[in-house]
Amino acid sequence: MSVLVLVEQEQGLPLETSLHAVALAASLGEEIRVVGFGIVGSFGGTVIQHELLSDYAPEAWAESLHQLIGVVGADVVVAPGTERGNEVMAHLAAMEDLPLATNATEVDTSGPVWELTRVRWGGSLLERARLDARVKLLTVAPHSWPPHDLPSGESDVFVPVLDESHVRTRVLERTNPVEGITLTSAKVIVSGGRGVGSAEGFALLEKLAEILGGAVGCSRVVTNNGWRPHSDQVGQTGTRVAPDLYIACGISGAIQHWVGMMAAKNILAVNLDPEAPMMTKADYAVIGDLHEVLSAVIEEIESRR
Amino acid sequence: MRILVCVKRVPAPGARITLTDDGQSIDVRHLSFTTSPHEECAVEEAIRLKERHEGTTTVLTLGPPEAEEQLRYALSLGIDEAVLLESDGPDWDPQATATAIAEVISGLEAQAGPFDLILFGNESADSGGYQVGIRVAHSLGRPVVSGIKGIEIDETGLTASRQTPEGFERYRISLPAVVAVREGINLPRYPTLPGRLRSRKAEVTRYTPVRQTGGLVTTLLVSPPDQKSQTTLLGNGAQSAPKVVDLLEELQLL
Repeated sequence: MSVLVLVEQEQGLPLETSLHAVALAASLGEEIRVVGFGIVGSFGGTVIQHELLSDYAPEAWAESLHQLIGVVGADVVVAPGTERGNEVMAHLAAMEDLPLATNATEVDTSGPVWELTRVRWGGSLLERARLDARVKLLTVAPHSWPPHDLPSGESDVFVPVLDESHVRTRVLERTNPVEGITLTSAKVIVSGGRGVGSAEGFALLEKLAEILGGAVGCSRVVTNNGWRPHSDQVGQTGTRVAPDLYIACGISGAIQHWVGMMAAKNILAVNLDPEAPMMTKADYAVIGDLHEVLSAVIEEIESRR
Repeated sequence: MRILVCVKRVPAPGARITLTDDGQSIDVRHLSFTTSPHEECAVEEAIRLKERHEGTTTVLTLGPPEAEEQLRYALSLGIDEAVLLESDGPDWDPQATATAIAEVISGLEAQAGPFDLILFGNESADSGGYQVGIRVAHSLGRPVVSGIKGIEIDETGLTASRQTPEGFERYRISLPAVVAVREGINLPRYPTLPGRLRSRKAEVTRYTPVRQTGGLVTTLLVSPPDQKSQTTLLGNGAQSAPKVVDLLEELQLL
C-alpha cells in the first residue's frame, strides 16, 4: 500500500494540524510519502513545484496530487481536516470521482473496505462509516492525534503538468488586517452570550479582557443580535479556540458553541442558572448576574495591585 | 443575473445530541429543524446580490418532504423560486447528493438558461463533508471557491474573499461560477409578514431523483465519550470575586 500525506507549510515549517494527519497516516503501518507544495527542505518526501503555483490554488493543488497518484501508484491520500485540506481533497475526489471521508479520527484497514470513524456536528457526534474506493481519500480531524514527526532526509521535486485552466481559482492578493491579540492567540478569552443582554453590556467583558491581556469572544446569538461582529464568534461556525482560560459569561452552552471552546485548558462559567449545560460542564462556576460578578472581579483585581 | 442557492435542512440540537436506540439517526422527536447556518448566509447573500444586480433567485434543497419548510422560509425572505429534490431513507452521501443536484441544475438550465452564480454553504452543520458544492462545480465544469466571506460582482467576473488566521485572501473568477460561503459574510434578515404570506402560496417545483450511492456509507452514529469534569463552585454573585481572582493568579493570568 502506498500512502501520500499532504502537509501544509507556512514559511517552510509544517502546520501542526498537518502533523496530526501524518500521525494517523503513520498508524496505517505502511510506508508514507509526505507531500508539500513550494519550499524544499524541512522533511524527506516529495515537494510539488510549478511556476503557476506561486500561491495557494485549490484546483491546481488537487490536479498536482492527481498526477502524483498516477506516477507513484498511491492507494491512499491523507490530508489535514483544515479549510485547505478539506477543500483540496474535495477537488481531488470530484476529479477522480472517488468518495472522500472528511475529518476522520480512526481507520481500520484490515479489509479491502475500510471501517472508519469521522466527526460530525463539529465534534459533538461520531460517525462510523465504510469507505470503499480504488484510491482511499481522507482528511484527519485536527487534534484527534498527537503531532507526529515528519520523516527526515532528502526531498525529491515533482513538477506537474499544469496550464492556466488549472489555476482558475488562485489567491491573487492578501491583506493582513489582523493585529494584536486574536481569539486564536489569546491565553484568556472573556466570552459573552445571551445573558450579556446588549452590545453595551460587553463593555465590562472588554474591560476584564484588557486587564488580563486577553480577547473578547461571544456566542452565535450575540452575533445574530448584532451585538458583536462575527469575527468574535466562538463555535462550530465561528472560530475554534483553545486558551488557558475561557470565561463563559451568560452562555448556556449549546453544542455548537461547546465544540468551539471545549479545547480550553480551563473553563469558568458565570451564569444565573446553575443548571445551564455550560455550568455543569465547566471546571469552575459562579452562580450570579454576570454584570455584578465581573464588576466585583475587576474591583478585586484593582484592589490587589 | 440568475442565482441559485443550495441549502440543507438540519436539526437544531440544544445542549446535547440524543441518538435513536439503533444508532442510525439523531432522536429528533423533541427538536426543531433549521437551515444549516452557512447556508442561511448563502440565502441572504443571494437576496442581496439580486437587490444590487437585479435578476432572479432560486433556492434548492435535497431532503425529505419536510424540507419544504426550509424552502418556504427562504421564499419568505425574498427568494423567488423553490426546488425540492425529495430524497428517501437515510441521509444521502455526498456523491449521491452532488450527482442528483448537478443533474437537476442541468435540467433547470436547459429550460431557462444558465445560473450565473450557484451558492452553497461551506459545510453542513450535521455531516460536515465539505464537498457537495465542489463536486457540483466539477460536474458542471465551473470554477469554484469555498470558505468565502465576501463577494463582489462586476462586469467581468467575481471577486471573493476568504478569511484566514493571517488576514484575507482574494480570488478572482469568471462567471458562471460556484461559491461556497461561510457564516459571517452577512447577517441574515428575518422574514416580513407579507413575505411569509407570499411564501405560503408559492409553488415548489418537485423532483424525485434516484439515489446513486457513493463509496462512503454511514453505518452507525455514536456519542463521543463524555468529557465531564468535576465542577468547582467558586461562589454566588459578587462574593465570589476573591476566589475568581485567586484562580486567575493560580493560572498566572495576572
